[in-house]
Amino acid sequence: MSVQEMTVQEVAKKVLNNEKLFVLDVRTEDAFEDWKIESESFTYLNVPYFDLLDGVEEIMDQLPSDQDILVACAKGGSSQMVTEMLEEAGVKNAYSLEGGMKAWSEHLEPVKVSDLDNGGELYQFVRIGKGCLSYMVVSDGEAAVIDATRMTGIYTDFANEKNAKITHVFDTHLHADHISGGKKLAEESGGTYWLPPKDAGEVTYEYQPLQDGDHVSIGGTTIDINALYSPGHTIGSTSFVVDNRFLMSGDILFIDSIGRPDLAGKAEDWVMDLRETLYSRYKELSDELIVLPAHFMIMNELNEDGTVAEKLGVLFEKNHGLNIEDQDEFRKMVTENLPPQPNAYQEIRETNMGKIIPDEEKQREMEVGPNRCAVR
Amino acid sequence: MNVAKVLDAKGLACPMPIVKTKKAMKDVESGEILEIHTTDQGAKSDLTAWAKSGGHELLKHEEENEVLKFWIKKA
Repeated sequence: MSVQEMTVQEVAKKVLNNEKLFVLDVRTEDAFEDWKIESESFTYLNVPYFDLLDGVEEIMDQLPSDQDILVACAKGGSSQMVTEMLEEAGVKNAYSLEGGMKAWSEHLEPVKVSDLDNGGELYQFVRIGKGCLSYMVVSDGEAAVIDATRMTGIYTDFANEKNAKITHVFDTHLHADHISGGKKLAEESGGTYWLPPKDAGEVTYEYQPLQDGDHVSIGGTTIDINALYSPGHTIGSTSFVVDNRFLMSGDILFIDSIGRPDLAGKAEDWVMDLRETLYSRYKELSDELIVLPAHFMIMNELNEDGTVAEKLGVLFEKNHGLNIEDQDEFRKMVTENLPPQPNAYQEIRETNMGKIIPDEEKQREMEVGPNRCAVR
Repeated sequence: MNVAKVLDAKGLACPMPIVKTKKAMKDVESGEILEIHTTDQGAKSDLTAWAKSGGHELLKHEEENEVLKFWIKKA
């Protein structure tokens, strides 16, 4: 079978450039409702592939002729079949999504955030399908990675291109929505893996405990990474101030939402930690710091250049979660009527603790769907 | 359970398990049961949704040594 295909890289470019695309999603209705390729410039039609086995005639009049049609399924097999049927029916502008939603979930788009003092650079890796953000600080032949995804080869290759060796790998907290590549990346690169000890009570591997006030230097020109204890999403959650200019806020503060405190089952216990972090600890920081979170939830949170970043002062003005005067109202917002929890989040936490080691295929299945780490 | 036909779809990737199931369903009578074996993890949600959309009844499913088994009663 040889049909026209579109890669996830090409689709990512269309999302970032706000290009039009017609998405024919042939997964089940439940899967489509739960999670899809998001863009305000895209239009959608969801018809499960098994309803098209007898032919595509039924949907022909719903397909546009003036724009490309992307046929998407879970892994790329069913979309090939449907695309072939469309081609046989005379549709010339249909493309099958290569690798399906699994490949979409795994795609990382590196975007440069800024140059740093003394010649360093800061990159944000946008996992556009799942809304996860990870970071690389490069300086003078050394690199640090923060909140690495399990696709560790992408960071290794990127560091090689920059002629840098990964010397430090950090996780801001024990993740519940995606499988961390932190430990693996540190092992592969010979770097140090840092994790906040309060999140690491049950981990089965060696790590370097990350404490409030720790400073780590990257490169001879010393890009300073300053750890700031900021509990609330998890009890150990730690933010970083990089180069005195950037605040990596982990899953505590996002652009248009704040972290949810319930994914380790302790919403009530952690509500006041979350409030203390957001309303006191962060308040003491400079308004000029650029907030770089570990997630985004909606495409509106992306800037025009594809980065997800905003000044702390702007978030204190505009982010609803930072503007709730009443404590009880805040408590209600972050503990009641929460969105569904991320897919397989318990198993993901256990994987990140090293308690279970699922094979790669299973890890892909576990990570299906959006991150869902925020409340708005 | 009185199984009229067993379909071995092991080792096949999506969409083949459903394509084969649809074909095999033609060989059983209304009210009879088709048993399906597959190794495609995605088959769980897809077969469930497919059976529902066709009005068939998914009687049960189980997983054994990475093989997923389904029993569907034809509408």
